[in-house]
Amino acid sequence: MGFSKTTSGNGVTVVKVDGQLIVGNRQELKQLIHEGLEAGERKFVIDCTHTGYIDSSGLGALVTISKKVRESGGDMRLAGLNDDLRSLFELTKLDSLFTIAKSPDEAIKGF
Amino acid sequence: MTAPLALCVRHSRPGAQSVPESVALRVPSDVNHVEAVVELMIRHCFAGQSPSTRAVFRLRVALAEALANAICSGNRQDPAKGVTVSAELLPDLIRLSVADEGDGFDPATVLSPTDQDALERECGRGLFIIRNMALQVEFNERGNIIWMTLPRC
Repeated sequence: MGFSKTTSGNGVTVVKVDGQLIVGNRQELKQLIHEGLEAGERKFVIDCTHTGYIDSSGLGALVTISKKVRESGGDMRLAGLNDDLRSLFELTKLDSLFTIAKSPDEAIKGF
Repeated sequence: MTAPLALCVRHSRPGAQSVPESVALRVPSDVNHVEAVVELMIRHCFAGQSPSTRAVFRLRVALAEALANAICSGNRQDPAKGVTVSAELLPDLIRLSVADEGDGFDPATVLSPTDQDALERECGRGLFIIRNMALQVEFNERGNIIWMTLPRC
C-alpha cells in the first residue's frame, strides 16, 4: 500500500499507486507531485496498474494535481487503469480531462 | 492507536450453517477507518454468496463514498460524533444505510459534477457516483441518513 516514485530514461517521473487512492491518502500523492514540481520535474505518469480503487476524493486529487502540473508547463498522464476504474473515469467524464494510456510504458513513450 | 471496530451480525438461525440477515457497525469520525469498514462490510454482506466482481465493486464504491461524506461533510470529522452503518441482507439485494450525526443536507441542491464548468473541481463527485452505483438511493428528511439498494450477486 502506498506510493513509490521512479524516473524513466527520458526523464518522466512515474508514481506507482499501490492499493487505493482514497480520502485517507490523497494528500500524500499531492505532496509527492508538489515536491517533484519544486525539484523541476515536469513530466508525470501515475501508474495505476496495481491500484484497486480510487474514490471521489482520489479523483478530485488527480484533477487538482493535473491542473497544477499543466499550470507549471508540464503534463501528467494516467496508465494501467483496470476496467472498473476506467468506468469511473467515464462515468464522471474525467476521461475527457486526462490522457489515459494502457500501460506505463505507453504513457512514457507518448511524451 | 485507534479503537477496534465492533460489528454486530444477526443470523437467521444459530449454528455453523446459518447466514447473516443483517450487519451493523458504528464507526468513529475518522477517514482512516473507511478502508477497514468497507472491507469488513464486503466480507459480511457477501458471506455465503458468489458475487460478481461488479457487485463487489458497486458496494465498495457506494459505501466508501457514503462513509467519506458522512465523516467529512456530515460529522465534520468531530471525534465526539460517530457514523452508523447498517445492512439488511436479502437474497439478491443489500439494503445499506449510512447515518451521521450532522445537520444533514438537501440532496436536491447538489450540482452535477459532469457539467463542463464543473469538471475541474476537486470535490462534489461522491453523491453522483453513489447514484450511479446503487439501484436506488433515498434520504431521510433531515438528510443525515442515506439508504442505498445494491445488487448482492
